[in-house]
Amino acid sequence: MKLSVRLAGLTALATALVAACAPQTSGTSASDKDDKTGTVRVWLFQEVDNQPKRRVVDAVIAGFEKAHRGTDVTVEYIPVETRAQRVKAAFNDPESAPDVIEYGNTDTAGYVRDGGLADVTREFDAWSEAEDTDPTARQSVTVDGKVYGAPFFVGVRALYYRTDVLRELGLRAPRSQAELISTARRIRAAKPGLYGLAVGGAYTYGAMPFIWAHGGDLAREQGGAYTSAIDSPAARKGIEAYTSLFGDDNCPAAKCAGMGGNDTVTAFASGKAAMAIGGDFSHAAVEAGKVKGKYAVVPLPGVEPGSIAPAFAGGNNIGVLKSTSHRTLAVDLMERLASKETQGELFDAMGFLPTFTDVRRRAAAEKPYVKPFVQTLAAGTRFVPASPAWAQIDSSLVLPTMFQEIVSGKKDVAAASADAAEKMDDAFGAAR
Amino acid sequence: MSRLTAPSGPGRVEPRWVRAVRGASRPRGGSRATNPAPRRPGGWTPWLYVAPALLVLGGLLVYPVYQLGLISFMEYTQAQVSGGEPTRFRGLANYTELFADDQFRQVLLATVGFAAACVLCTLAVGCALAVLLTRVRAVPRLALLLAALGAWATPTITGSTVWLFLFDPDFGPVDRLLGIGDFSWTYGRYSAFLLVLLEVVWCSFPFVMVTVYAGIRAVPAEILEAAALDGASSWRIWRSVLAPALRPILVIVTVQSVIWDFKVFTQIYVMTGGGGIAGQNLVLNVYAYQKAFASSQYGLGSAIGVVTLLILLAITLGYLRLLRRQGEEL
Repeated sequence: MKLSVRLAGLTALATALVAACAPQTSGTSASDKDDKTGTVRVWLFQEVDNQPKRRVVDAVIAGFEKAHRGTDVTVEYIPVETRAQRVKAAFNDPESAPDVIEYGNTDTAGYVRDGGLADVTREFDAWSEAEDTDPTARQSVTVDGKVYGAPFFVGVRALYYRTDVLRELGLRAPRSQAELISTARRIRAAKPGLYGLAVGGAYTYGAMPFIWAHGGDLAREQGGAYTSAIDSPAARKGIEAYTSLFGDDNCPAAKCAGMGGNDTVTAFASGKAAMAIGGDFSHAAVEAGKVKGKYAVVPLPGVEPGSIAPAFAGGNNIGVLKSTSHRTLAVDLMERLASKETQGELFDAMGFLPTFTDVRRRAAAEKPYVKPFVQTLAAGTRFVPASPAWAQIDSSLVLPTMFQEIVSGKKDVAAASADAAEKMDDAFGAAR
Repeated sequence: MSRLTAPSGPGRVEPRWVRAVRGASRPRGGSRATNPAPRRPGGWTPWLYVAPALLVLGGLLVYPVYQLGLISFMEYTQAQVSGGEPTRFRGLANYTELFADDQFRQVLLATVGFAAACVLCTLAVGCALAVLLTRVRAVPRLALLLAALGAWATPTITGSTVWLFLFDPDFGPVDRLLGIGDFSWTYGRYSAFLLVLLEVVWCSFPFVMVTVYAGIRAVPAEILEAAALDGASSWRIWRSVLAPALRPILVIVTVQSVIWDFKVFTQIYVMTGGGGIAGQNLVLNVYAYQKAFASSQYGLGSAIGVVTLLILLAITLGYLRLLRRQGEEL
């Protein structure tokens, strides 16, 4: 009898637990409040040298607070590496979430799917400055025809090379991919202590231009659904070209297979590589390295001599969180942070390339080092699939795994790209 | 040497000492069986006494495990957590997906093999050094203890980073000492696992060593002396006197090591850059982390967690049963 009472008690307890402890889901439904006063919270990324950025942002905020009486803006600079956790936490807990965030443009589709970003299409279209936004930048804030933020700056990569090394060996800056590869090998043969062209098995954004230059693509869209194209013949040619750079005749696989983008730029800046694929945002790091004054930058060559390989259009955007209770204020602050004036100042302070074509042209005229990057942008850039699945493909290292399998000799190009395509299709399928 | 392996040698006599050692503890164990009566009238009182412990255990152990199990049956990604899409019950779909995944099976196999190697090496090194501790004089003993405690106290991330630096192809002293040029330890699958194994053993042998050392100290000195007088070698004394006497301690140390080494995360994550070239050095925990937190598939990650939990439970219970079947008390 006693036992059965106890049992009943336990069962009741267990039932209560089951009912009470279903996994949590937070309601990030749009807030219906639109307060015109109070605190507006902003999260921006922490840069390597953050002071100049902070000065520009502080000026914008002073102007904002003056225009809107009774508001108070708090800015927090968050490290890029931990952004995923921070932003997830913000989506999960609207109470402690910011109103305005800076985010990487490859994250757009994922954040929209997670229900975190507010649709600002109406405000963006009504914004007087929006018409000068370049089309690729606009695409990077657009999901299914709706706009989820304002482009903040763009980042593209080009070819950094050592002028002294090339001159000494009687070589010129490569004008085609074939010449790039042969130049890299000749440098390595003449100077075994240097990598010809520093490449990395985990450097996805450095590898993509090779795929695009050969006419390949990461994925194809049809009616809003993506299918992988990484195993198409054209893409395979690009993969072949990129992976042929790993080896003792350029960048030994034992060292280069594990490298990412920052590692290759570091190798170049510290004088261990004669060439590297780096971004406009790498300029400061290279200037601070040993090779200052001994290098130049040209657009990464395409297959045809004289052509430019399509670059990945990286960069960051400014968005408004769906959960904000100050929507009007937040949108206004977003426009001020991403305005032509602010972008121009950020370019002077940080070297961030503006997303407005006219501001960018002016910037290139002022600072000659920007020229190859602006040329690259003008030649046409590409973007990763605007699918929420991309975040998953990116974070589960599908492409780095493919490159590493090939360069370490575990699989050939056909097998590795077929496997990668399968994994990508799985992710695309699950995300729909 | 031949004298010791001869059947008439001390080997024959040892079991009796062993029995004597174990016999010494028996009366205490037996006395519990003779007075079972006082338990009855207590009723709820014993429960009252254990209630705080049970509550803490329930809160810290049962509830998370329950959540883990529950999430493993759901479609639960970032979109569900932040309310973009409704949470859906998927039944066993996460598990079927997992076991259909080649990579998961491969990772599982690698984890079991790697953990087994780590446990064996840790126990061997830990026990050998514990015996050594009893043999050396105070100053070298203190030095060895301090060195071991230092390894023990080093945070895993720091330890991993330092080991990685020691074996760095460009700047590390190990390659230079061995004269193997710029050999990259993290490039090959097995050399990378070996490197991580060395670090894992380095940071987990002190626990084994200190525990076993304490156990050896508790073994009556006359037994060891008698064995030594009979001419038993160090190995013989270990195998026939110390190991049986230390059995309960060794069981605990082994189970602990199995659990620790099966769940190794930081070392792999730091030393192989999150799972090595093309994921060749992934172990279950890192794989679960990748699934759950890097790609936000919490449901799938939880399923991996549940599988890990079940495997560890099975190994531990199986090991304990095996011992009991051999007629040993724990």
